[in-house]
This record gives sequence, C-alpha cells and structure tokens, in this order.
Amino acid sequence: MFGLSPAEWVAIELSLRIAFVATAVALPFGIAIGWLLARKDFWGKTLLDGIVYLPLVLPPVVTGYLLLITFGRRGLIGAFLADYFGIVFSFRWTGAALSCGIMGFPLMVRPIRLALEAIDRRLEEAASTLGAGRFWVFLTITLPLALPGVIAGMVMCFARALGEFGATITFVSNIPGETQTISAAIYTLLQVPGGEAAAGRLVLVAIALALAALIASEWFARRAGMRFQGE
Amino acid sequence: MIVLAIDVEKKLGAFKITACFQAAGGVTALFGPSGAGKTTVVNMIAGLIVPDRGSIALDDTVLFDTASGINVPPNRRRIGYVFQDGRLFPHFSVHENLDYGRRMSGHPRDPKHFARIVELLNIGDLLDRRPRKLSGGERQRIAIGRALLMHPRLLLLDEPLASLDAGHKREILPYLVRLRDETHVPMVYVSHTAAEVRRIATNVVRLDAGRVTASGGLELLDEPDPDTIG
Repeated sequence: MFGLSPAEWVAIELSLRIAFVATAVALPFGIAIGWLLARKDFWGKTLLDGIVYLPLVLPPVVTGYLLLITFGRRGLIGAFLADYFGIVFSFRWTGAALSCGIMGFPLMVRPIRLALEAIDRRLEEAASTLGAGRFWVFLTITLPLALPGVIAGMVMCFARALGEFGATITFVSNIPGETQTISAAIYTLLQVPGGEAAAGRLVLVAIALALAALIASEWFARRAGMRFQGE
Repeated sequence: MIVLAIDVEKKLGAFKITACFQAAGGVTALFGPSGAGKTTVVNMIAGLIVPDRGSIALDDTVLFDTASGINVPPNRRRIGYVFQDGRLFPHFSVHENLDYGRRMSGHPRDPKHFARIVELLNIGDLLDRRPRKLSGGERQRIAIGRALLMHPRLLLLDEPLASLDAGHKREILPYLVRLRDETHVPMVYVSHTAAEVRRIATNVVRLDAGRVTASGGLELLDEPDPDTIG
C-alpha cells in the first residue's frame, strides 16, 4: 500500500504504538507534575522543575545512557521491575515508549502548567461553596478549564515521541520489529547503498504524521475553546 | 431567633478586622464604605478565608472555633454565596450551572423546586445558553439561582449589584425582594449603598475600618457618615 514495504509498515505501526503509549502513560504524571508546579510551593520545587525540563536540554544520548543504567536489565529500577513485576524495558518496544515518554514529558508539562496557572481560582472557590470537595473541584472545574493546555501538551509529547531518536537508540538499540521506529529505520536505510528511495518514503510518512498531529491539535483546541465562547 | 453568630479576628497585613455580630432570620445588611472589610467577613463565613481567632456558628452548628479546633470546609457548610462578579462556570450551560450545587452535594433531583426558582428569577429562556452570551443582569440572576438551588442554610450576597449599570440594578432589585419574601432563606447582604439596603434589608450591621460600629434596624442608615456613598 502506498508503495511501502511490509518492513516499512512495521516501523510506522511501531512508531505510532510507541508514541501513543508514551503519551497515554505520561499524561497522568504530566497533569500531576503540572499541577504541583503551578499550584504548590514546597521544598525542592526548583529541583523538580529542573529535573522535569532536563531531557529537553541534555544530549539525548546522555538521557538514553541514564535510562540504560537505571531501567536496564541490571539497572537499579530495571532489575526490581523485572524481578517483581516481570516488566522488562531493555531492547523491547516498552523501553522505547519509556524513553520517548521521558523525552516528550517536558513538552507535555509546560502547556499543562501554563493552562493551570491561567485558571481563575475564584471559579474554584465558587465551586467549593456549592458543595464540591477538592477532588470534584479539580475534576469538574479545573481540568475542563485547562483542557486546551492538556491537549496541546499531549500533542507536543506525541510529536516528540514520534520523532525521538537519540535516547531511544541508546537505550533499546535499533531492532527491526521491536524498537526500530521510523527515525531509526530512516537512519539505517541511509547507512546502506541504495536505501535512499525507501528512506525518502519514510521521510514523507514522517512529515504527514507530524502535520496530521498539528492539525488534530488545532481542531481539538478550537473545539475546547469554543465551549467557553458558547453558542 | 439567632441564625448566625460570628465573633472573629483576622489580620491582613497592617489591616485588622474584628467582627462580632449576630444575625436573625430575614436579610441582614453588612453595610459600610468600600475597604471596610465586608467581603473579608463574608469570606470567613463561607469558609474561604480562615480567621486568626474566634468562632462562627450557624443555627446550632459550629462552623469555626479556634478553641476546639473546628473548621468546617466551605463545601460542607451549605452556605450559598452570590459573588460580586457572578463567577458562573464558563464551560457549563446555564442549566448545568444551576444544577451544579445539587449534583455536588448529592441531593436528589427536585424538578418542582428547580421550576420554582427558575420562575422566581424569570430565567426559563436562558437555560440552554452559555454564560458568555448573557448580559450582566442575567448573569447575576443565574448566580442567585445557582446559590439558591443548593438548598442553602444561609445565603451570602456580596454586592450583587455593584458590577451592574443603573438599568440592570433596577432589574435585579425586585427579584431580591421577592427572594426575601418567598424563600425564607436567611441572607447576609453586603452593600455600601444605603438606598439598596433600605429596599432589601431587615437588619443592619455597620462595618467601618474593619470594626463593627453599630447593629440594629434600618434607622442606622439615617446616621450621617461622610464616607458612605448613598
């Protein structure tokens, strides 16, 4: 289909699956951390802020290496998760999702945090006088009002996860059918003579996916915004 | 019969508020110039601001008491609050706004009560609209309805007319009078306008520079006060 080989389809399917899982798993953490940074003052807040944004400024290879020594089969957390829960990250697509999620995390947290900071706290006060406890205020007022920011954060994280290369290849290598995403496949194809045509096809796919993500986010953000304008 | 008994202290920077008064049923006006601390007092009753010291009791329930460490959170006080700026939820329709208090406090649906309040405030035509599309007067009527529909034990109204122009003020006042006469929910009505208070209140508590200076009947409004815009 579309002149793509089965191997290329595998890379595309894998990229999408990794990006979706990375975004979905990062979302609750993104909302929680965004909320903490927007609303709470606590000891070590600057440090947390820094750690969250670290993957954005660190060389991706460094992030990948750090993941390898912590979440690898013999890493501190990796060994624990493997022994007690049977969750293995190294050289699996789950590991790729982990590294993509971590690389996309700062891009997700930022718009969520900004959206939460922009919310009129007086609306939350009004909700509490109407009988809503803190959890319900968050669920019925805070979160819906922050929705455009949440969507923007999800799209940014998804797009970053779709294109992640350095950290992923360092952490889980470049195994066709398991960890070889579109980016990794393009990289591999460019290393072999005569691979340019196939690489070109995947480049077009990457452009199409990125555009689709941007258009989808525009559409969602406009719909969410429209709810407040009201018709 | 005393409905609300309040005796609290709160320091906000250099400004100190000492409020001690009692309110019976009917409409108690909290009357005084701008900056006298009226909104702060009302926020303490609602539980949105925690007093430094003192006690607040509603009917036979203690809402706040420093001596025994009681501080009932705002969502369990069942005190309706009509804010100066309405504060309708922009992502909900008017109907959802009105129904919010009932849903959050877990009351069963009561279509008769709902219809009565909608009729009382004449907001039947607005139910499907979004708050953004309402005039200031309409918004304030919805805010009043929203607070009433949570079955409040007490209704706080913080200058509900202050953000409206003269025409809309005239629009809302008759509804407030009907509210007083037909619902029998005790009210605390904050205002700095003597004419407004005269129309709606049954008792007056005067607040000046953070202190209660007098409390009694409507005759308190006749005492001259250079700071009061009447």
